[in-house]
Amino acid sequence: MNGWARFALRRLAGTAAVVLLLSIGVFGLLYLAPGSVQQTLLGTRPATPATIAAIQARYHLNDPVAVQYLRWLGGVLRGDLGTSIRTGAAVSGMLGERLPLTLALTGYGTLLAALAGIPLGVLGALRRGRATDRLVVTAGVVGLSAPPFAVGLLLLVVFALGLGWFPVYGTGEGLADQVWHLTLPAAALAVGAVGLLVRFTRAALVRELEQDYVVFARARGLRAPLVLRYALRNSLVPVLTAAGLIVTGTLAGTVLVEVTFALPGLGSLLVDSVTFKDVPVVQALALLLTLLVAAVNLLVDVGYSLVDPRVRLGGAA
Amino acid sequence: MIRVDGLTVRQPATGRTLLSGVSFEAGPGESVAIVGESGSGKSLTVRALLGLLPSGLEAGGEVHVAGRRVDDDPRALRRMRGGTVSLLMQDPFTLLNPLRRAGRQIADGLPRGADAAAEVPRLLAEVGLPADVAGRYPFQLSGGMRQRVGLAAALAAAPRVLVADEPTTALDATTQREVLALIRRVQRERDMTFLLITHDLRLAFSMCERVIVMYAGRVMEMAGAAELRREQRHPYTRALLAAEPPADRRLAVIPSVPGSVPAHDAVAGGCGFADRCAYATPECRAGVPELRAEPGSGRLSACVRAAGLPAAPPPPPGVTAPARPAAEPVLTVRDLRKTYPGGARPALGGVGLTVAPGEIVAVVGESGSGKTTLARCVTGLERPDSGSITLGGLDCSDYAAMDRRAVRLARRTAQMIFQDPYSTLNPARTVGATLKEALAADGRPQDVGALLELVGLDPALARLRPANLSGGQRQRVAIARAVAGEPALLVCDEPVSALDVSVQAQILTLLAGLRERLSMGMLFITHDLAVVRQLADRLYVLRAGECVESGAVDAVLDAPAHPYTRELLASVPDGTGGWPH
Repeated sequence: MNGWARFALRRLAGTAAVVLLLSIGVFGLLYLAPGSVQQTLLGTRPATPATIAAIQARYHLNDPVAVQYLRWLGGVLRGDLGTSIRTGAAVSGMLGERLPLTLALTGYGTLLAALAGIPLGVLGALRRGRATDRLVVTAGVVGLSAPPFAVGLLLLVVFALGLGWFPVYGTGEGLADQVWHLTLPAAALAVGAVGLLVRFTRAALVRELEQDYVVFARARGLRAPLVLRYALRNSLVPVLTAAGLIVTGTLAGTVLVEVTFALPGLGSLLVDSVTFKDVPVVQALALLLTLLVAAVNLLVDVGYSLVDPRVRLGGAA
Repeated sequence: MIRVDGLTVRQPATGRTLLSGVSFEAGPGESVAIVGESGSGKSLTVRALLGLLPSGLEAGGEVHVAGRRVDDDPRALRRMRGGTVSLLMQDPFTLLNPLRRAGRQIADGLPRGADAAAEVPRLLAEVGLPADVAGRYPFQLSGGMRQRVGLAAALAAAPRVLVADEPTTALDATTQREVLALIRRVQRERDMTFLLITHDLRLAFSMCERVIVMYAGRVMEMAGAAELRREQRHPYTRALLAAEPPADRRLAVIPSVPGSVPAHDAVAGGCGFADRCAYATPECRAGVPELRAEPGSGRLSACVRAAGLPAAPPPPPGVTAPARPAAEPVLTVRDLRKTYPGGARPALGGVGLTVAPGEIVAVVGESGSGKTTLARCVTGLERPDSGSITLGGLDCSDYAAMDRRAVRLARRTAQMIFQDPYSTLNPARTVGATLKEALAADGRPQDVGALLELVGLDPALARLRPANLSGGQRQRVAIARAVAGEPALLVCDEPVSALDVSVQAQILTLLAGLRERLSMGMLFITHDLAVVRQLADRLYVLRAGECVESGAVDAVLDAPAHPYTRELLASVPDGTGGWPH
């Protein structure tokens, strides 16, 4: 267990370092935005000496940039993400309102992708070279190459407008109703992810099924389900890698899908804030996404160590 | 127990036949060895027998196991696996599930209703392992221990037939001897029928009562082990036996067989060995010779001249190694030390040696002895912690501290050839491009044809890519690449251990010839004392990073002073029934 704790601590420290490094870039967004910093922060307000002085005082623009960064970082760590230029509201509050929806959408989409993609990949590997396999692989390629917003529109037209099974927009009230409302957007996100998962799962399992230990297991008479379990367990590492990619990819995909389905999540907030050059909100969103992606990667690393004792016990070969 | 009749293995997708007409039997408690080089079909034969052919291959012919015909009944065969017939595979590093504890893997194979808590420790004890191994993962065990766990797992359902496919080829010599002794003891105690697949005739003589020799997908000869050892009635068996060099004396010439093992289909119209056979007659190519019983003795041979073959020549006498005049060394290593990060003990704990021009110096040891680390330090692939390396008068102790010109000079002085001929060449480049590059690196005229001829290859091969070459041809190309700039020192890391014996002899002969022609010094890393005896002038025996014995090859091998050297010598199979003990 000692080895495992050391492993987890090391990974945690690495993740913290990466997030800190990226936060510099996120802060730099303010200076990268076109136009002067004052203009950016003024937004649509008139540029009078009074407003400019107010901005300078509020954001300490006369301090060295490093001090500004540290002050900003200190605020972020205390939960103060600044105020929105567009609405004048606290950014942390805006994010807090919208985060649950995006997280729910991402989680739901990933779950749908896993429920469809992994079994299909296993099926393809077990029926390798036959018609089922070819169908699964082709479907995977189609899914991978379909952009989520286009799939979203298609789903809306067929299942919401045509068949009327699902609502066209909105988030719904109560758990069941919310799930019902989120099903189409989640499905739109999942389609591409299913394709990726099918390919990863199938390739990993095909490779494992050809390994010596599988032949040896069959040769000494182990029953087929047990042999399959040997191979599946060993294909988990690449599948976990794919799952990590899918969660982060789905998170990014919410931007377009939330707009398509008119959902008030982080994605639609990002689109609005970019359009209005609402830099504090964009900064906060970028930082939040960085944090989420880093957290997912950390979870995947911890997942590896749970799946494969060689990772946590530090053994090689 | 086992009867195979007219076994054929085909690949329907390409229409190729990989082996045909294989028939043999093994009675209860009998031990039978199937011997052959790669491509002989020996492994496919047992895979087909067990119904475990790789996908894309199809078996024909009759297979009976325990009195029941199973070739047309895959379900029955599946039920028989484990309890009736079980298989032990070659590579201990891949045959266990890496993510499952050893004890659970053994328990998985126990018959239904067996008490794992009692049976697993009993099986582990039977294969000579302590009970606490059950709680460990395969990566926490050594190769020998993994193979013992593999044996325990193969025995879990108490099979009546044990098939072992090259069970010790991937192990060190001393471990190989222990594991083989264990397998034989277990086989006798349990009175199992035993089928051993091996490339080593002497090992087959020592382990089994009967021997089947296969070549290019056909059975060439079949006889009792003692009879076959005394007299071979097929030229191929003779060639195979002769190509395995002895460890007890140096031969003037290592007998090698020209060419390599052909594909089954390439020799469908005649005897598979005819093209490499010194006794071949037109009759040999007229049709596939039948495996015929010799009147009165019960042994079988597929040679048309079996009865009329001249008596096998007596084993050639040993010669003493030619004395070499003393010369200024091209390589001097002093007190070399290296510890890998996280290593429990130093990989090299102060090793020193010298190599003179034209001298072949062998470094012998098992895995973990530090012999490969030594080679990698000398060629600058690894950085030693301390100690000095002098190459042709140039201090090469630390390649990182040398300027670019000095590094180039060092690389031109010392070149390396590696163990695995399949990964040593860039698969995307033709042989010609690879060799041209090596010649250009040394500023030499780009005469690839002459270079290929130097290593005994047809210049026409320059247009091919490595995938189209055999293992022996690839190793020759690797040698050509290394000697393109006529280096003063050639570092060879196990250059023949991945090759078939008949090809191994060719490569050893080539290296011995190149040493004379280019008066190159050679640092020859190996675990095989027989190879050392044939090729080297001096040797150093390494164990756990320390040199335990060194000296002239004949002196050390005739009268080893260190117990470890004696143990290594005793691990070389001698072909008698007394080995391994």
